[in-house]
Formats: sequence, structure tokens, C-alpha cells
Amino acid sequence: MTALLDMDQLLDDLEKGLRKRLEERGVTDPALIGIRTGGVWLADVMSKRLGLKEPWGELDISFYRDDFSRIGLNPKVKPSSLPFSTEDRDIILIDDVIMSGRTIRAAMNEIFDYGRPASIILATLVDLGARELPVQPDVTGRVLALQSHQRVKLRGPAPLHIELQETGK
Amino acid sequence: MTANDPSSTSLQLTADGQLRHFLTLDGLDRALLTEILDTADSFIEVGERSIKKVPLLRGRTVVNLFFESSTRTRSTFELAAKRLSADVLNLDINTSATSKGESLSDTLLNLEAMASDMFVVRHSQSGAPHFIAESVTPGVAIINAGDGRHAHPTQAMLDMLTIRQHKGRFEGLKVAIVGDVLHSRVARSQIRALNELGAAEVRVIAPATLLPRDVESLGCTVEYDMKRGMKDLDVVIMLRLQKERMEGALLPSEREFYRLYGLNREKLALADPGCIVMHPGPINRGVEIESAVADGPQSVILNQVTNGIAIRMAVMSMAMGGQMAERNRKLAERVEG
Repeated sequence: MTALLDMDQLLDDLEKGLRKRLEERGVTDPALIGIRTGGVWLADVMSKRLGLKEPWGELDISFYRDDFSRIGLNPKVKPSSLPFSTEDRDIILIDDVIMSGRTIRAAMNEIFDYGRPASIILATLVDLGARELPVQPDVTGRVLALQSHQRVKLRGPAPLHIELQETGK
Repeated sequence: MTANDPSSTSLQLTADGQLRHFLTLDGLDRALLTEILDTADSFIEVGERSIKKVPLLRGRTVVNLFFESSTRTRSTFELAAKRLSADVLNLDINTSATSKGESLSDTLLNLEAMASDMFVVRHSQSGAPHFIAESVTPGVAIINAGDGRHAHPTQAMLDMLTIRQHKGRFEGLKVAIVGDVLHSRVARSQIRALNELGAAEVRVIAPATLLPRDVESLGCTVEYDMKRGMKDLDVVIMLRLQKERMEGALLPSEREFYRLYGLNREKLALADPGCIVMHPGPINRGVEIESAVADGPQSVILNQVTNGIAIRMAVMSMAMGGQMAERNRKLAERVEG
């Protein structure tokens, strides 16, 4: 497991994938947005690696979650912070793990409330499959097949590492 | 129904400790008050976006049930509900069925039959929101928008948010509440909140005729001389002088009151130089406060109004979320049982 998840290698792959995708799309001035918490750490790293001058933004998707009517409001919600307008911008949206796709659905709804972006590239460090919505990352560090009782979580911010969790079910 | 009724805690919170009604600050601990303030901080950011709306209460119906008139409180509750994407019905009870003889219970039954999810209640009788919360259909959240002399918890919390924004903390703060404490539901909620959040001292400054008996038991010190009371203050909260209460001969005259307890530049200069000036509004210029102070650099009165929307969004979404989580849990239990 640990060999699979060499963090430097994952970040290298993510950066390489992002550069390739940006070039394909002809995007020269992307705005980077990380989803709290893991995605924000990654946004910080990728912003430096890609040499972006503009500060990255961070999203807290608590107000857009689709399980509010089941579990109520996340008691640890923090303000989202986008230091730029998303109107007509090419956005890189970054998160640590994609699974059901529900977080990304919520994040895209939130981004549109700041303005209509020209495009969004979705980058995730790890893709666990098990999708429930038709949302796919454009760039991913690694696709992992976990057993149903296993989860992974990004720990950070320094050093970043991926932790394997057993849910006991 | 007393302010310290322990039943208000179990009425307001779910078994998991989530808010499900917001009736009084009594029984809510520092962690929950802080959660409300933190959540409101996030809603302030929403108010700065191009689209100032989040979908939390989409498809829910919020009824503003005002048995006592109010412009600011009602409109900020309305705006808060709309920014949460709820549908909002404003009922001014003076112009509705109760004036045709319908009882409160019948009015509520009718509103529940319209599948309302939340009632925001203002009433001149202390305890009215409690009464409604006890009798309402499970799943419907009740928010107290001011009841009698008892409580005005959203006003107190927006004041706490304003203080935290400007001072960054509550520990060590010296806060005075000046004026008509006797008739003020705001003052009671403020004293409770400030003590729970850890303020160093809560001081009430007023003539004895405008203080409730045993006011110290609320958790404050008393000062009759405002000039002495202003010393070292970090925050001064002025209360509105309820002119409608003047008939009771509690005050010699407005002018006399202003001379002794009105906040002017001279008295403000006795406080800490960083002291902020607050007022729940509407202000009576020249009665409680000099215009130069109300509009001056230390005044944060308009911040209070902006913060009112965010605080109301926070308690509405938290209470609605608590209700829905509880209903969901009960459904799951029924399936398992």
C-alpha cells in the first residue's frame, strides 16, 4: 500500500497530468480552487509547482451538501474564500479523493454562485471509483480499488501523506 | 415558563445535541454559542458573493409570525430565509385572522396544514415561542424573534458576533449595557451570552427605576453613575429607551435621562480608547445617544444590522438541519425496529 502511495510520485503525476490538460485546452491563466481541507493543501502545492502567481481559492461546500436534509449542517463549516471572480475564468478544481462524486457536484454549484466560469478542469489526487454521480476527474494521481470497509484520507499539510482507514463495516 | 427552566434545554436540542428550536440562550453552552458564531461567519461570506444565496432551505417554507410589529427584525429574518432559498410567508397578525377571533392554536394548525417547516415568532407575551415549540408538530422548527421581557436570542447573538469581529475574543472584555434594562429582553439575552462566552465583566448602567429586582443574579454588576461606569470599557451597548414605557413615571424626563445616561462624546472619552459603541436600534438620537457618537468612528451599529442577517441564517439552518436529522434518525429506528 505504502509503495503504491508514494506522495512525491503522486504529486509529480498530478502536476504532469495538469500541465498536459492545460496545454490541450490552451489554458494559459488558470485560477486554482481547492476543496477544504485536503484539496486546499493540494492547491497550495500545485499552485507553486505550476508557478501560478494568483493566490488560490478555497471552498467549504457545507452549504451545498446534499445530505443536509439527513444529517443537518456541518458544525465545523468555515467561510469559503475566492480571491478572484470565477466569471469567464478557466478553473482548476482540486480535491484529495473522489469517490461518489457528490462533493464535486456541490463544489461546482458553489463555484457558479461566484460567476459563470469559462471551463473547469477537475483534478483529484486519488480516485477510489464507486461513483454515484456522472462526475469524472480530468486528471488523477492514482486510481485505487479499495475494499468496501476501507477509506483513504489525506493528512497534512506538511508533510502530506495518505492514510488508510478501516471503517469496521 | 421561567427563563431558567431546564426543560428549555431538552426542548431546544436533539438527543445528539443539535439545535432544533432557538428559543432562549439559557441552557446553550459555550461550544454551541461558538458554533453559531462560526457558522454565521461563513454566512457573512455568502452575503458578499454575486449570488447571495445557498440552497440549504430550498423547498422549505418559513413563516414569519409577528404578533408584535418590527421592521428591522422581520426584514432581516425574511432576507435570511430567502438567502437560504426558503419560501417565506410574512404574517402580521394584527391584520390577519386573529383579529377575526381565531385563536393562536387554530392559526398555528392552519399554518401547519400548509406544510410550514419553520415559524419565526415574535410575541409580546414572555414564553409564547416556548408554548408553540411544545405544541407544534414534530419536525417544525421554532425561532424566537423576541418574546415579552424574556429573551431576544438572535439579537444577543448578532451582538456577540459584532463584538467578536471587532475585539477578536470575549476573555478579558469589560462590557456595559446602558439604559432601560427593566423592559429589555435584549439585555437579558446579552448578559447570558456574555457570561457564557467568558467576558471579564458585564456591567449594567441605569437608574434604579429601570433595573429589574435582583438584577445582579443575572450575572452582572450594577453602576448607577454612568461616568464612573464608563471607566475601562471595551464595549458599550446602549439600549433603546422604550418611550411607550415612559408613562409609568419611571423617569423624570427625556432630557434628564439624556443628561445622566445618554452616551455623548464626553462620556465615551472616559472608556478605553478602543471602546466600540453598539445599539440594537431603532435609535432615539438625543435621547440615548448623541448623533456624533452614533455616526462616529467607534460606532458599529450598522455592522450589527449586517451581522443580523448572518446570525439568523445560522440559527435557521442549524435548527432546520437538527429537525431533519432527528426525523431521519427516528425513521431509521422505525425501520430497524
